[in-house]
Amino acid sequence: MKFTLSWLKDHLDTDASVDEIADALTDLGLEVEDIVNPAAKLAPFTLAKVLHAEKHPDADKLRVCNVLTDEGEKTIVCGAPNAREGITVVLCKPGDYVPGIDTTLGVGKIRGVESHGMMASERELELSDEHNGIIELPSGEVGQKFIDWLAENRPEAVDPMIHIKITPNRPDALGVRGVARDLAARGLGVLKPLEVEPVPGGFDCPIGVQIDAGLKEKGCPLFAGRLIRGVTNGPSPAWLQARLMAIGLRPISALVDITNFFTYDLNRPLHVFDAAKVKGDLRIVPAKGDEELLALDGKTYALRAGQMVIVDDQGPESLAGIMGGEHSGCTEETVDVFLESAYWDPITIAATGRALKINSDARYRFERGVDPEFTLPGLELATQMVLDLCGGEASNVVMDGAVPDTTRAYTLDPARVISLVGMDIPEATQRATLAALGFVLNGNQVTPPSWRPDVLGEADLVEEVARIASLTKLVGRPMARETSGVPGPVLTAMQVRERMARRTAASLGYNECVTYSFIDAQSAALFGGGSEATRIENPISSEMTHMRPDLLPGLLQAAARNQARGFADMALFEVGPAFHGGEPGDQHLQLAGLLVGASAPRDPWGSRRPVDLYDAKADAEAVLAAIGAPAKTQINRKLAGWWHPGRAGVMALGPKALCAFGEVHPKVLREMGVKGPAVAYTIWLENVPFPKTKTPTRPALAISDLHAVERDFAFVVDAGTEALVAVNAAMGADKALIEAVTVFDQFTGPKAEEQMGAGKKSLALAVRLQPSGKSLTDAEIEAVSAKIVEKVTKATGGSLRS
Amino acid sequence: MNALDVLKANYLDRIAGAADEASLEEIRLAALGKKGEISLKMRELGQMSPEERQTTGAALNLLKTEIDAALRAKKEGLADAALDARLKSEWLDVTLPGRPRRMGTIHPVSQVMDEVTAIFADMGFAVAEGPQVESDWYNFDALNIAPEHPARQEHDTFFMARDPADPRPPHVLRTHTSPVQIRAMQERGAPIRVIAPGRVYRMDMDQTHAPMFHQVEGMAIGRDISMANLKWVLEEFCKAFFEVPNVELRFRASHFPFTEPSAEVDIRCSWEGGQLKIGEGNSWLEILGSGMMQPKVLAAGGIDPSEWQGFAFGMGIDRIAMLKYGIPDLRAFFESDLRWLKHYGFAPLDLPTVFGGLSK
Repeated sequence: MKFTLSWLKDHLDTDASVDEIADALTDLGLEVEDIVNPAAKLAPFTLAKVLHAEKHPDADKLRVCNVLTDEGEKTIVCGAPNAREGITVVLCKPGDYVPGIDTTLGVGKIRGVESHGMMASERELELSDEHNGIIELPSGEVGQKFIDWLAENRPEAVDPMIHIKITPNRPDALGVRGVARDLAARGLGVLKPLEVEPVPGGFDCPIGVQIDAGLKEKGCPLFAGRLIRGVTNGPSPAWLQARLMAIGLRPISALVDITNFFTYDLNRPLHVFDAAKVKGDLRIVPAKGDEELLALDGKTYALRAGQMVIVDDQGPESLAGIMGGEHSGCTEETVDVFLESAYWDPITIAATGRALKINSDARYRFERGVDPEFTLPGLELATQMVLDLCGGEASNVVMDGAVPDTTRAYTLDPARVISLVGMDIPEATQRATLAALGFVLNGNQVTPPSWRPDVLGEADLVEEVARIASLTKLVGRPMARETSGVPGPVLTAMQVRERMARRTAASLGYNECVTYSFIDAQSAALFGGGSEATRIENPISSEMTHMRPDLLPGLLQAAARNQARGFADMALFEVGPAFHGGEPGDQHLQLAGLLVGASAPRDPWGSRRPVDLYDAKADAEAVLAAIGAPAKTQINRKLAGWWHPGRAGVMALGPKALCAFGEVHPKVLREMGVKGPAVAYTIWLENVPFPKTKTPTRPALAISDLHAVERDFAFVVDAGTEALVAVNAAMGADKALIEAVTVFDQFTGPKAEEQMGAGKKSLALAVRLQPSGKSLTDAEIEAVSAKIVEKVTKATGGSLRS
Repeated sequence: MNALDVLKANYLDRIAGAADEASLEEIRLAALGKKGEISLKMRELGQMSPEERQTTGAALNLLKTEIDAALRAKKEGLADAALDARLKSEWLDVTLPGRPRRMGTIHPVSQVMDEVTAIFADMGFAVAEGPQVESDWYNFDALNIAPEHPARQEHDTFFMARDPADPRPPHVLRTHTSPVQIRAMQERGAPIRVIAPGRVYRMDMDQTHAPMFHQVEGMAIGRDISMANLKWVLEEFCKAFFEVPNVELRFRASHFPFTEPSAEVDIRCSWEGGQLKIGEGNSWLEILGSGMMQPKVLAAGGIDPSEWQGFAFGMGIDRIAMLKYGIPDLRAFFESDLRWLKHYGFAPLDLPTVFGGLSK
């Protein structure tokens, strides 16, 4: 919403400065976005008088002028044809910045004659496009500031333009008068009365109006208009053109300019039809669905069935409340004009405007809600203005429908206002504020004015009182904790777990990423997603069409981008939601880690080697341990398709998968543009069980004074035998005595097969025996060793390596 | 010089001249071994008269002690010399790099969420969460944003695909964290104090917008919680978060459908020299939106607005992270550029706390 200071002063009697007004507007909730003050760039210029002018000795088109300025007589060389003795001019001195030529002046020498400044044209001062000569002022004294002269003689040229942001709840502030009313309520002036004198009609309107019965209830409660015949639609007067231009509108013709003026002045959009082009009556009807309309923006719109249009006997003439049609639009030739003022339903206008993708000042206002009760007064005022500016004779008003009744009342509870806002606003002030804004008070019952459709409850009254009182004055008041003493923890166990997992992964050397929750369809499909349920109807790009089913595709894409920048090795992780469906709650929390390239940079110690599955497994186990997962899990190979089928596994507790880890399927890497090796893990944080009871007490530490005994065993087993089978079998040999079984070596490959037979490998286990009570005898150690060998060979089908 | 003195001088000479441990052992055996010279002399004591035995015995014992001490001292000296010689040969280039260890980092969004959580936890706020795919009821209707209201259009909402056979309105990607207000009220009732940090989505992408970003919602409901309390809470938060002794906030009337009265909150700052300083200067920086909870919103959350009142606010986590840490571009947050992650990331153990400070 834009307006100028002088425009505001049409409605507000005030001495406040632009800055005071701007500060108040922002504080009132009408945030000032911009103030354009033309006076600022004209401030340095002063008036001067040409005492004498003669032809430049060396140039036919230049004149050497002797100019009287506030600093005495100066010589100025000028190229303007009208530079002559006796005229009053606008002087730009050396050192001044001249906006129209974007130059700071210096003392120049033009063909041998020194020139001390310039005399400006309108264009050079950005006052107009006029550049046929320098400005000649009809009045003014030498030395007078040019902006002072303009303020006196041409105020629109130095009229500051104020641009404010209007929140959707304030349609009334889309008219200058509404803005003035807020400022008056704040005490920044007095709202001037708005007199509405009905214009008597001289004849009956030949064009009738009818609202379709189905639309009267909702779409168009009231449609009014009248013919004004015999008008002259030339350019509008200078003051009106200046106002429209100041707010960025192009003057078109008097009739059109008048409608635009009412739109901004009183938030009363109007439409003017060239009556000569209207055949029959104007009817407001739902479109059938096969019509087209060439609108005033030069575009043709195909109407959908049910959209509200104004038709005559020839078909659609206007997109009701949104934009007029080109066919019946007014031109310079228009003689008889039909002036329309209607009240359109905001929801209907919003829906049609959105469907047709038309943005217009009319739609913008009607969908936010104009004042329904001002429909007819607006018509009267506009009629008068047409008569004033274009002449002609007005008919009687024709109308269909009625002003919708929006009367409603809410209770003002002054104590509640104080309690909610936390400011001591006296009741009398509260009441005065509401009255100043046009609310009608009857005891504690408050009826909002018809121009405030946003006021729908007591809370809105509180808001009005508070914003006029000024929230800037609000003083903070301490809010004690609900309980005194040491505050307890506030995070849930899951929230603690998420943080623990995140910081553990980072401490393992991973850089945390935050990638988009939506990915492209192809990547989603690679990771088991891409279903219709997880599709975004209106994605912002083809790269972001589906909710991610897993965090890995985002990390792999990040890895590919980093590789493209020349970084081959990386450790990335992310903690966040993955989406297994499209319903609220169809999300689960994952931590995914990705290792790409080598384990370390090249160094003298040979640390660099390709990352492998055991790196990923170790890191996954470290994260799992940090969040309290049991040390022992089952490992299966129920793998999703994006894992290497032979080099990945799933850690699980019964049916619950805690973590998948291993090499990413080479095909997936290729499709995602990642140069391997790449290993990864996905941890389903919510699948890890929480302890059944939470107690800080640790179980008692059981330490034996007796030495533990360690025995090593090597078994020859099938190459496909999983070590965990052997480990678990060994553990089972004597649960009381065996404290730990670890794999400390394996021997595989051709050399191993040469020694142990085709398809064989050797597994070396270290078994730690922890006696309790008494030391082990050799015989006891032998006995348990024999049991271990028996269990392992039985479980693996292998044999003790000799 | 008697015989024992001669003996002593002889052995001390030999000990001093010994070149290594082996010759030292030879000397020890020759003097103190079972058949060593001194041992043999000790054995002769038995044949002496008691008086003689006393004087000679004492002298022999002294001699034995002295030789033994000399032997030990020499042995230690030899060992030291040998160690010195070994150490001289054991030189390593200490300027070579240590074995590599990866350094991980925490993303600024996570870090700032932890900072925000630490501050509000201290003021008694719990942390609530909600789904990111939301029903339009939670995202809009419950928050007093009517279907056709222009405010709803201004949200640039992402919609989920909807099976034509399903009559429900399409779900949305939550456009703000405010729906968590409703869920938290439904789950916990009043009184309540929660913050709700999380991802939100808007169809917007340019220099300063990303289609996904992070917000933190705050909500406090009680019997007499006022906008003045809101201002104090935000002042305390800003002081703690920006780690400055004083802040000045300016409340400006505004409009959000879910609060009434509503206020945009600006913070006093200076941009002198291109650097943001909070709490001083003559500029105002808009940092969040807030207000008193709309009675309809309370009711939608199952809380009786005639008994309870409270405030709510929402601010951009990425945005306050950018302000606090001088991070220029929002979109870079989600690019995962290693150089960015390492430069703007935080050490894994740098957990922000109220007692230890937020940033190091």
